[in-house]
Amino acid sequence: MIHLTAITRTFHMGDQAVYALHDINLHIASGEYVSIMGPSGSGKSTLLNIIGLLDKPDGGWYELDDKLITDLSETKQAQIRREKIGFVFQSFHLVPRLTAAENIELPLTLSGMPPAQRQIRVDEALQAFELKQRANHRPSELSGGQRQRVAIARATIMQPSVILADEPTGNLDHQIGAEVMLLLENLHKGGTTLIVVTHDRELGARAHRQIAMRDGRILTDQTHDAG
Amino acid sequence: MTLADTLQTSFKTVLSYRIRSLLIILAMALGVAAVVVLTALGDGARNYVINQFSSVGTNLLVVLPGRAETAGSFPGAMLGQTPRDLTLKDAQLLGRLPQVRRYAPLNVGAAELSAANRLREVTVLGSNANLIPIRHMKLTQGNFLAHGSEHSAQIVLGAKIASEFFPRSQAIGQRIRLGDSRFLVSGVLASQGESMGFNTDEIVIIPIDYAQAMFNTTSLFRIMVEAKSHSEIEPAKQAILASLRQSHDGEDDTTVITQDAILATFDRILRALTLAVAGIAAISLIVAGILVMNVMLVAVSQRTAEIGLLKAIGATSIDIRRLFFAEAVWLSFAGAVVGFLLGQFGSLLLRLAYPQLPAWAPAWASIAGIIVALVTGILASILPASKAARLDAVQALSKK
Repeated sequence: MIHLTAITRTFHMGDQAVYALHDINLHIASGEYVSIMGPSGSGKSTLLNIIGLLDKPDGGWYELDDKLITDLSETKQAQIRREKIGFVFQSFHLVPRLTAAENIELPLTLSGMPPAQRQIRVDEALQAFELKQRANHRPSELSGGQRQRVAIARATIMQPSVILADEPTGNLDHQIGAEVMLLLENLHKGGTTLIVVTHDRELGARAHRQIAMRDGRILTDQTHDAG
Repeated sequence: MTLADTLQTSFKTVLSYRIRSLLIILAMALGVAAVVVLTALGDGARNYVINQFSSVGTNLLVVLPGRAETAGSFPGAMLGQTPRDLTLKDAQLLGRLPQVRRYAPLNVGAAELSAANRLREVTVLGSNANLIPIRHMKLTQGNFLAHGSEHSAQIVLGAKIASEFFPRSQAIGQRIRLGDSRFLVSGVLASQGESMGFNTDEIVIIPIDYAQAMFNTTSLFRIMVEAKSHSEIEPAKQAILASLRQSHDGEDDTTVITQDAILATFDRILRALTLAVAGIAAISLIVAGILVMNVMLVAVSQRTAEIGLLKAIGATSIDIRRLFFAEAVWLSFAGAVVGFLLGQFGSLLLRLAYPQLPAWAPAWASIAGIIVALVTGILASILPASKAARLDAVQALSKK
């Protein structure tokens, strides 16, 4: 479903061009569980941002569900982001003013869904992620694990086909991080494509397919059986 | 994102930044309130002047025979003798016009006044009971010609005449001879000095019927007409001219003068003053608008990560632009409403402090104040909103 051909992304540092991504060719099938590993500056986050349509490649083609997206308008890309892609960030990125329930509701609001329907979906999500008790709490009143659960609930509320997680456990302690990974892996078991960016080898090893990157290129791309 | 959701979301944002919102609303409100209070003051001053003018006969119209254009070359006009005279019937006709509150016909002549062993020539006015209210004259003693007294032989003396003829005794109730007839003194005018070409201290006033009989005439020198209100003056003038034209066989042979010219000048000056003051107050609204812009720019940089997130979960640039736009609209709207109420309250205080000053803000000023507040707020939010919409999602997200 994700098809990258000759993707290049260059940043300009003063008068020097830095290749964040260099001629990336990658195919990820629907329902895969992929980890992207590598040291900082290897281009793994840039790759994730391009897959998530947050960043635009300077060259190459990106096809999602057999549709070329590289040339789509900003509004169309936002729509695809809303409907097909869920983001989970290291620093959660919850809106501090809004309660847990309101944060989860945001993508539905953006999609223009009527309030009554939104309420039902948010209630289901709160139930599923065991956040019912914390629904009316602001992020500052939640623990790290709870915050990331809210973020994951928000990322999945639109039932996207791809979840992109950028260091999802980076701000959590080991045990809570493991719980969060279980949540994400459960989503994958439900059929969602899961792509996790991490520099944690142990975490990366849980994925069925492991991609290692360095200096904007793919070093290795290995597929294991369920591990 | 639907419009209702955009408005609701931005409204919640306004509420959650309580202090910031209160301050910006206050700034906007003070601007609007300044416009409302200052125009109330200006318009109040204007109305105060108009009221003062009304008390000396502002709504007064004077009907005289002959056309103004021909007066110079037409010797008869000087003597009140035009081809067609104004008559009492004309005057009664004017009294029935809907724009006219009351009228007083006027005849002027000279006659010998004598009582005891004094004798002098005086100017005689013939009129009716309405002359006093129309000309805002006052009496020191007795009564003026009572209504319906046109046929009874009463006389009202000017202040100087009264003191000349009855230096020690009371004038009221005394009999006095004017020309060949005897009159009963019913009142004495207060000393007012020169007015409309007469020194009212040295005149006597008698009922119009007696004056016409005495001077052997059926024509009138003037008809004084009081319009019902300030705004009725012009309609009354037109109605008088039309009605006289009709009764004079279609000829425009009368002239109507209003005392409105000076008042109109005052009116213009004070209106201009009110506008100028409103303009100065509006500057504070522009300042408030710039304040809104500043606050919104700060909000954009404060919420950079949030904007990045919104983009990541599928908000379009248009959504984000609208969210910030709506936030500014809420702030300006609240400021305008609070300012309007504050301004009305301020005007109320002004009216309580100076009861003679009708300090009501004119509707146009309140509406303009509110609209200017909204427009400046909206204009001021364009730049921050488009700045927010243009933010690069990746860079925005990497900001904590």
